[in-house]
Amino acid sequence: MGERVEFRPESAYRPAASSYTLLPFRFARIPGVPGRVLVTSEVGEWHFLGGTEFRAFVGGALDPTSDTYADLHAKHFLVEGDPTTAIRLLAAKYRTRKSFLRDGPGLHVFVTTLRCDHSCTYCQVSRRPISESGFDMSERTALAAIDRLFESPSPTLTVEFQGGEPLVGFDRLRHVTEAIVARNRTEGRNITFSMTSTLHLATDEMLAFFRQHGFQLSTSLDGPAWLHDANRPMPTRDSHRRTVAAIERARAVLGHDKVTALTTLTRRSLDHPEAIVDEYVRLGFRSVFLRPLSPFGFAARAARRIGYSAEEFLRFYERALGHILDLNRQGVGIDEAYAGILLTHVLTPFPTGYADLRSPTGAGLGAVVYNYDGAVYASDESRMLAEAGDPTFRLGTVHDRWADLMRSPAMDLLLATGIAEVLPGCSDCAFLPYCGADPVFNLAREGEPVGHRPTNDHCRKHTGLFHLLFRRLAEADPHVLRTFLSWVTRGASDAAHAREAA
Amino acid sequence: MLPLHTRATVTGGLARPLLKVLDLSEALRGRYPFDRVAVHRPPDGPDLDGTALRELGFAAVLCRGAEDRVDGLPAVHSLGNPDVVRPGDVIRVRPDAGQVSVLFRRGANANSLFVTERCNSRCLMCSQPPRDEDDSWRVGELFELVSLLDADLDQLGVTGGEPTLLGPGLPELIRRCRTALPITTLHILTNGRAFATPRVADAVRDGVGRVVWAVPLYADVPFRHDFVVQVDGAFNETVNGIHNLAERGHAIEVRFVVHAQTLPRMERFAEFVYRNMPFVSHVAFMGLEPMGFAKVNRDRLWVDPLDYGPALARAASSLQGRGIATSIYNVPLCVLPRQAWPLARQSISDWKNVYDPACGECAVRARCCGFFASYGAAWRSRGIQAIRIEEAAQ
Repeated sequence: MGERVEFRPESAYRPAASSYTLLPFRFARIPGVPGRVLVTSEVGEWHFLGGTEFRAFVGGALDPTSDTYADLHAKHFLVEGDPTTAIRLLAAKYRTRKSFLRDGPGLHVFVTTLRCDHSCTYCQVSRRPISESGFDMSERTALAAIDRLFESPSPTLTVEFQGGEPLVGFDRLRHVTEAIVARNRTEGRNITFSMTSTLHLATDEMLAFFRQHGFQLSTSLDGPAWLHDANRPMPTRDSHRRTVAAIERARAVLGHDKVTALTTLTRRSLDHPEAIVDEYVRLGFRSVFLRPLSPFGFAARAARRIGYSAEEFLRFYERALGHILDLNRQGVGIDEAYAGILLTHVLTPFPTGYADLRSPTGAGLGAVVYNYDGAVYASDESRMLAEAGDPTFRLGTVHDRWADLMRSPAMDLLLATGIAEVLPGCSDCAFLPYCGADPVFNLAREGEPVGHRPTNDHCRKHTGLFHLLFRRLAEADPHVLRTFLSWVTRGASDAAHAREAA
Repeated sequence: MLPLHTRATVTGGLARPLLKVLDLSEALRGRYPFDRVAVHRPPDGPDLDGTALRELGFAAVLCRGAEDRVDGLPAVHSLGNPDVVRPGDVIRVRPDAGQVSVLFRRGANANSLFVTERCNSRCLMCSQPPRDEDDSWRVGELFELVSLLDADLDQLGVTGGEPTLLGPGLPELIRRCRTALPITTLHILTNGRAFATPRVADAVRDGVGRVVWAVPLYADVPFRHDFVVQVDGAFNETVNGIHNLAERGHAIEVRFVVHAQTLPRMERFAEFVYRNMPFVSHVAFMGLEPMGFAKVNRDRLWVDPLDYGPALARAASSLQGRGIATSIYNVPLCVLPRQAWPLARQSISDWKNVYDPACGECAVRARCCGFFASYGAAWRSRGIQAIRIEEAAQ
């Protein structure tokens, strides 16, 4: 046996009364969560406090023997004595949360053609009729774009084909893919290919090609046939039937999980959240991405007919989320992809890699777009903005060196206006650690890239979504928490693929 | 349960106390120096050619009785329990004390190097209370022991006491293990406090890729961890130590012992690990081993596992669900919620592992950890019961 030891009591290790220092935090009151205050830290830790507790906490009077004190201590909202260890852990958490910055843009979008066989009311990409010439990427442009791709420093690259309808120009898509694969034998990057397409034009030969190169396919499905076909008019009026058939064919060749779909929500959609979700379940999807219209391209002009306010969207979304949670309660495993992204930001220490919700902004820093005409843009939305007449976020052309694209005036502007931590209305927002800056959206909607938060739809939408999710977290229904947790675990990799599209 | 020690008689002088026990055919393969090998002579085995063995330079024979000795070779015989030593084992023979100790047992579910009895913490529930005596002789013996282990060993524990108190001896031990045991992972139990000093973390660089550092952390807040280990400032040292090791590319396991003093923070602790050290390769939640200080402090430690089972299941599942491999050690299945069964491991070293009389009829005994041999009425959960086959199938 060992020596005799005198054990000291727990009180000997407790801090002296009220000798703590506050660490940086923000706070908010959440509608539907009366009497409690949400505090969030710079690195995304969060905690709900009672109103009295909150006042005691900020007043330096929190009872050091309380559980709340220990909770806030463990989450680094307060520190006692030497702060070195707490600050080291905060720094590590900050590095983790911002780790998407390490390698530069990972998403490289190739717009190989602007031609499309659809004429959707909300089309973001200013499409061209299928028979027109002059809207396909030339070989010279494609080769230069591939040079830029490999000049970018990231060891992990996603090459995404967009249009138009990329399958209209399948030969170019195939050439670009094969050239990248050949070049990568010496470059040794980790490359994932993806394509956003209706898939209607996909032949067996094309699908075999996509399987060979491990493509992730993303298509558009707006809901049941009557809704989808109303949103996506074709002369034959059978877009939905063709989409469903194409999804089945693609799944058969590439595998079930290689095909994802996202919705675009029009005014017509807003009354039918359950029908849209149920259609995804019926077709065997494990994820639905409920995506509001964005104010770009044709969508801005059609806004009066098909558009809606952030508040109308949020009412729709709340119903849809409730329905999805009910389905999960009944054993149907389906997630909402955007909630998965936001919850990953809230419930994990990791970023998602989702380029549209980052600070610093993902435009130019997480993604670049090579347009069919050789222009390089900071994002798909930057390209649409240019199509609508404002080339502010055009970085240059595919013939410019990577370093010059990254030093362009457009990048200067993105860096000056794309960091939420210093934007008015964002810098003191409790949801900042989970949100992002979107100067491209702001310029499109408000005519300048900083944006005015009180009237900003990006802000209203996200504030509403965070209110909704934090209300659910405050309620702490064990089933909901388990479902949310399953979305972030599964959702983290899905989110990388879940990109804005069509 | 097979003990690690037994009485023995030694005839003839042994040059060294450490011996690798091998049957004749393996001994002759020459993987181990002959002068370090005791040739195992089974009771019904063939006669051995003493002259030849002597000329080859074997150290000794290990045999059943005095009559089985081989002329001219020292013999270890008349073991109190002959099953304790088997071919492949490494033994330490103390002729004066008439005792044989097994330092390495071939095929055991766990083998460890016991490096020191000294420690710089005084954990309330320590099952191996430290002693403040200079036992630096152990390192020299371990260097010798390492060269006698089976080279195809998957995993080897390193335990104490606190291994970092060896100073430069620990990096040297790691290097020797790398050389002698090229495919073995070392699993080193340490409180990690010494690694708060970057220089100490630098010194174990040869362990990268070969060592898992198993570091106990008992709370998400300093005061409670410091109280459990009875050292002011220990929490910050351990947390910094973990980060220093991780920054240098080391693999880390975090260990949490569940008892009345750690239970209040257990679920928050899981969240803390996920947020602050998501890089850890494994988290183990462990039931108490009723030995040493744990017995002294029984009344302030004891919680019936039946009562903490649901919280344990939540804490462990939350980490596992978020992608961190998580295990539950030393808690029998009958007192754990069914949800946590997939995380429960047969964690108790076989030499101190027993089952309860109630286990006789149990349908899941074969995959249950059972109990420490030292458990008794004061440590018996009221939930212990045989699981029926119908229940197990659910």
